[in-house]
Amino acid sequence: METKNYITSYCSIKSGKVNVNGKETYSDINLSSVDFIKSVYKQFQLNYPKFYKMDHLCKLAFVASDLLLKSNPIMQKYAPEDVSVIIANSASSLEIDTEHQNTISDKNNYFPSPAVFVYTLPNILIGEIAIRNCIKGENTFFIFDKFDADFMGSYINSLLNGSKAKCSLTGWVDFYENNYEAFLCTVEKEEGILNIEHNSEQLNKLYNN
Amino acid sequence: MKLESYIVADNIISPLGFTSSENFEQLKQKKTGVQRLETSELSSEPVCAALVDTQKLNSEFQKITANNIEKKDFTRLEKMVLLSIHDCLKQNSNIDITSKKTLIIFSTTKGNIDLLDPKQASEFDKKRVYLWETAKIIAQHFNNPNKPLIVSNACISGVLAIILGKRLLETNQYDTIIVSGVDILTHFVVSGFQSFKAISNEVAKPYDAKRDGISLGEGCGTIVMSSVIRHPSSDIIVSGGASSNDANHISGPSRTGDGLFLAIDKTLKESNVKASEVSYISGHGTATLYNDDMESLAITDAHLENVPMNSLKSYFGHTLGAAGIIESIIGIHSMLENTLIGTFNFNELGVTKPINIIKNTESANINNCLKTAAGFGGCNAAVFFQKVQNN
Repeated sequence: METKNYITSYCSIKSGKVNVNGKETYSDINLSSVDFIKSVYKQFQLNYPKFYKMDHLCKLAFVASDLLLKSNPIMQKYAPEDVSVIIANSASSLEIDTEHQNTISDKNNYFPSPAVFVYTLPNILIGEIAIRNCIKGENTFFIFDKFDADFMGSYINSLLNGSKAKCSLTGWVDFYENNYEAFLCTVEKEEGILNIEHNSEQLNKLYNN
Repeated sequence: MKLESYIVADNIISPLGFTSSENFEQLKQKKTGVQRLETSELSSEPVCAALVDTQKLNSEFQKITANNIEKKDFTRLEKMVLLSIHDCLKQNSNIDITSKKTLIIFSTTKGNIDLLDPKQASEFDKKRVYLWETAKIIAQHFNNPNKPLIVSNACISGVLAIILGKRLLETNQYDTIIVSGVDILTHFVVSGFQSFKAISNEVAKPYDAKRDGISLGEGCGTIVMSSVIRHPSSDIIVSGGASSNDANHISGPSRTGDGLFLAIDKTLKESNVKASEVSYISGHGTATLYNDDMESLAITDAHLENVPMNSLKSYFGHTLGAAGIIESIIGIHSMLENTLIGTFNFNELGVTKPINIIKNTESANINNCLKTAAGFGGCNAAVFFQKVQNN
């Protein structure tokens, strides 16, 4: 039985631009990747002191998810265990992995740190989003060479249709060697105000926008 | 009709052996793979860890590639995966890895992370540290036509990959799923856990009053699941599974166990099983103070405190992305042999709530097995295996 699900909000952050639900809400194309992400945090006054402890990948995931859920406060509608967070990227945590590696490569300058090492797993960004929003449902981090709308679309639909989740926060968050890209969306069973069906075609369209 | 997920082949590559049976035999004899390494490339100080012998790995690998015309170099990690999948294919000739209906799911936390080390990097292309590149090379080696799925979700990766395999079989997009989990011991990982002061100076003591940290390990586990093929001599299915997040802390387990409880509760409900019907729990049991306490709370909340439970981390060490799969395979073999494996190095219970930790290996009727896992990022997962009663 095919049941339709809907993309009820989306947020993308790339190339110095923030786009929420199809509207460009902020841009500054002159900043470096890290500075741009910090400027988004300040611009929207996200006010979350833990932000400064996070690695670049989590910072990016944090600002994208916060702007997304500000536009669509799903946690007011769903129980914590009914919301899933399913996110993917290409570079895993290689950005901070390289940083950790640099702390251990030289025996005479050896300084591994738990504050760095803890971020050497890509799913930590799911943990950060879960903590911020009190989300306790299904969570999985996937790795693909590029955004795979076919798999993500059908897997999220199967979670919602199979009653594994009532709502899903999903998408792509990648950060490596100064390249960054975030695209997150919420998927629900009701149309919402956007009325965009959740399928691979629509995901690709919004992701490439 | 619901499509079931049958276990049709399995393999473990670890310091204890290169097949599941070899590993299970060693466990029955209470032999651990964890050793104190006085000197190693892993650490400037002595460290307890379960290391696969590289010479043995290379010689076993040579056997499976001897007739291969295409001479390609593989990393240490890739060799483990190729050997592991190869053994599964040998066990069950009905598995067609070249079929469009067969998918490989790859579970790992760090993949070829050793290639980030400038001393190792020169031998391989830089691209090889990307997990999708590693997975692609594995799929190509077996002429599998599908793009492999990769799960990288800390220490629950392996359990998640099995759950995912079951869910994909149910959609009928694939009829056979090969789930392979692997992680290797590296200076990268050891130095990180040392910085956390999380590694015990001795072999880990799960759930014990004197536990003081983890032992790390390496290895590969592969489970082949299918909706159309059967195991030649057994009928075990994956009947449920779920994951959850504590939403509490990125590096510390929940103080209440509510996240793990949620995953267990959803898993048993999906499997249509009551707590009183559970035969055996293969716990996460890392032997850190907080993890084992947390598990005892979740297990008690789920009314499973009397169910025999063990941790295998003192045999294999913590094999990270492989752990959920290796430990599930031991659970499956425990069911097949009706044998509960005693927890190595466990003497006196020392967790918040009394739970039933198996001390000595013993016979028992085991109809099913609940496998649990928890990891950094606040994630938890559970999966349930059941014997199918034949008509």
